[in-house]
Amino acid sequence: MPTLIVIPMSFSDSQYLEFPPQNWSFRWYEHYFGSDEWMLATRTSIKVAILTMVVATPVGVLAAYALHTAKIPIVRLAFVLLITPMMVPLVLVAVGAFYVYVKLNILYTVTGLVLAHTVLALPLVVIVVGSGFKTFDMAQENAARSLGAPRWKAFLTVTLPQIRFAVVTAALLSFLTSFDEVVVAMFISGGENPTLTRNMFNALRDQIDPTIASISTIMILITTLMMVLALVFGGKNKTE
Amino acid sequence: MAASLANETNAAGLRHDERVEKLKLFGLSAPALLIVFVVLVIPVGWLFYLSFLGADGTFSLENYTRMIDRKSYRRIFEMTFEVSVLTTALTILIGYPMAYFLAQLPNRLASVFMIAVLLPFWTSLLVRTYAWLVLLQKQGLINQWAIALGFWDEPIKMVHDLNGTLIGMVHIMLPFLILPTYGAMKSIDRDLMKAASNLGASPKHAFWTVFFPLTIPGLFAGALMVFILCLGFYVTPAVLGGGKVIMVSMKIVSNIEMFVNWGAASALGVVLLIMTMIILWIASKFLNLDRIAGGGH
Repeated sequence: MPTLIVIPMSFSDSQYLEFPPQNWSFRWYEHYFGSDEWMLATRTSIKVAILTMVVATPVGVLAAYALHTAKIPIVRLAFVLLITPMMVPLVLVAVGAFYVYVKLNILYTVTGLVLAHTVLALPLVVIVVGSGFKTFDMAQENAARSLGAPRWKAFLTVTLPQIRFAVVTAALLSFLTSFDEVVVAMFISGGENPTLTRNMFNALRDQIDPTIASISTIMILITTLMMVLALVFGGKNKTE
Repeated sequence: MAASLANETNAAGLRHDERVEKLKLFGLSAPALLIVFVVLVIPVGWLFYLSFLGADGTFSLENYTRMIDRKSYRRIFEMTFEVSVLTTALTILIGYPMAYFLAQLPNRLASVFMIAVLLPFWTSLLVRTYAWLVLLQKQGLINQWAIALGFWDEPIKMVHDLNGTLIGMVHIMLPFLILPTYGAMKSIDRDLMKAASNLGASPKHAFWTVFFPLTIPGLFAGALMVFILCLGFYVTPAVLGGGKVIMVSMKIVSNIEMFVNWGAASALGVVLLIMTMIILWIASKFLNLDRIAGGGH
């Protein structure tokens, strides 16, 4: 786990990244929390990640449900289209979104970021929730409907609770997809809404700033927290 | 007579209702499809169009001929392939034994190790790249330890070049290979290996003739995913490559950031996308692509 090396380093007192640190201090954390720029970026990232989760999860669940139940040929094509974002080089998504966002006047906006990140998160939601549906016996939903429940009610009260692990996993994955995303954010975030990853990437290209170590540590913490949440709520449903 | 006619009308009506219901159900995927369409399909289509516009705004193939004529562009494509092939090969060499090791462990222990594989999978790409930057630099931990242990005397340069890029990329790609390979290994009936040794095969022989061929679909799916991701990779080579590793994706970015040349950038993007699609298409001849998508429909 070479990644974990950044944790002790973030508590170093030194300008240079030495290991083990000679003196311990919180100065890089102070620098991070004291910087308006980093705080703005952090707020944007969290806001966008939460909104992406809120948008991608229901939209993706609906799509997965549609693909699972509507047994018509076009489903195949729709599935391919929905998982395409995983296959298209990210740079191309970024450049394309940038170009169109300028025309739509949503460049550097939270809306634009959420839309783009939703597209990146959808394949994961559709796949994870789709495999959740596969382990579910649709006869149960049909039974509820034959007893008089409308389809939406049968879905919400019978189906959804049983695939909730897959849905929770998908939601957490959407959050992380957005929160960690660099390339697209590099192009379409900025101005009043820069993301954390965008600022980190720019800082990395210039020099090795120990502030990045403290931010990385915080990001690792958030990821671990998400993973623990997924394991707790996702039960035995693994993400693969 | 009248009864059977009524039945037929009923049947036709039911069939019609079923079709309508299926279409309505399919309609539930509309929001998702719409978003993908607006944010992905239209922009990429637009770039496709831009790639055929010359500097003067009329139809031209200059953005494509440039890639063939200029040596620097050819070099970038070669470099992209070189990095992708090397990364994929190294990922297989390291990832396959790791997956094998995981598959041999008792389930409880395996799930602990699985978390160790998945955690980096979920950790930010940028954070992992940064960690390698820190580890591999001249005053970095790897140099310090290697000198302390006497492997070499002077700090050697391991980052801001091809080696650094490869190390970082292999580390990032490993989970993509390990997960499907591990899945394939787990689904192999253990009795097969016992049967092989029962019939007199040495462990080595049994491994190569029975076990390994059965893991190929998983391994292939993982390797394909790694290769495709490598082709379009940006962040890690940009940070760890130190300007010495220039991949197609980086040229696309610099074409836009530095030269504001949309035509050239779009053409590169189109070529990159087509290469990816051709590879996927060829691969689909050999295996069921759904495997990559975690067993979709």
